[in-house]
Amino acid sequence: MDQPAVSTPYHPRWLRRRVSTYWWLGKPAYLRFILREGSCMFVGWFTLYLLLLLAAVLEGPLAYELFVAWSATPALLALNVVTLAFVIFHAITFFQAAPQAMVVRLGRTRVPPQAVLLGHYAGWIVVSIVVAFFLLGA
Amino acid sequence: MSRHLEPLLWMLFSAGGVVSGMLMPVLVLLFGLAFPLGWVDAPTYDAIRALLANPLAALVLFALVVLSLFHWAHRFRHTLYDGLQIKHLNEVIAVVSYGVAIVGSGIAAYLLWQLS
Repeated sequence: MDQPAVSTPYHPRWLRRRVSTYWWLGKPAYLRFILREGSCMFVGWFTLYLLLLLAAVLEGPLAYELFVAWSATPALLALNVVTLAFVIFHAITFFQAAPQAMVVRLGRTRVPPQAVLLGHYAGWIVVSIVVAFFLLGA
Repeated sequence: MSRHLEPLLWMLFSAGGVVSGMLMPVLVLLFGLAFPLGWVDAPTYDAIRALLANPLAALVLFALVVLSLFHWAHRFRHTLYDGLQIKHLNEVIAVVSYGVAIVGSGIAAYLLWQLS
């Protein structure tokens, strides 16, 4: 943890302490940060899952059936429960950061940050309903 | 990573964050839990074929896959760099991450093209 910084002769010692690789375990806020960043692994996993689904559909009805059966295995269900939790966490944290990342202007006035946030949530609800409508009606 | 590319990569990361945030929770809920557990009937093969043959649906899905891949690549690279302080492998990690995103985008384009 607090190892002295590496120094060589004729070289100034760095006025830096080495930070532990596990620094993010130190505080709840740091842990939240790493979980938020780590959510990308679940976004990546589900993207792969979608590609596998597309490949199965392209292969034919049997492969599609096998894909749905495979997705009902305990390991996959467990993974997808965790994935659901992480993508929801990802959505909330990403939308929360949106008002800081984008300044929307209407004419000369700035759209209040809360409106940008609410816009994202409204979009999320509408998109979810539309997707569910098409997939459940199919 | 080139300084000219960084803003573009950040834009892709950001767009991917928004698109995946809006679309993924409902898709994980349906394809990951509701369909396999039989809470609701999974779409029949013909129905899902018909849905994927719709150009608008294919375009949305393509955008979701491509942007999510770049979102993952960017965040993964920076988390390894800042979070786990793996700095000496920075370039290798960048090439592999964005490389996976590019290859995955190509696969998505191929699959959706074949399904159209």
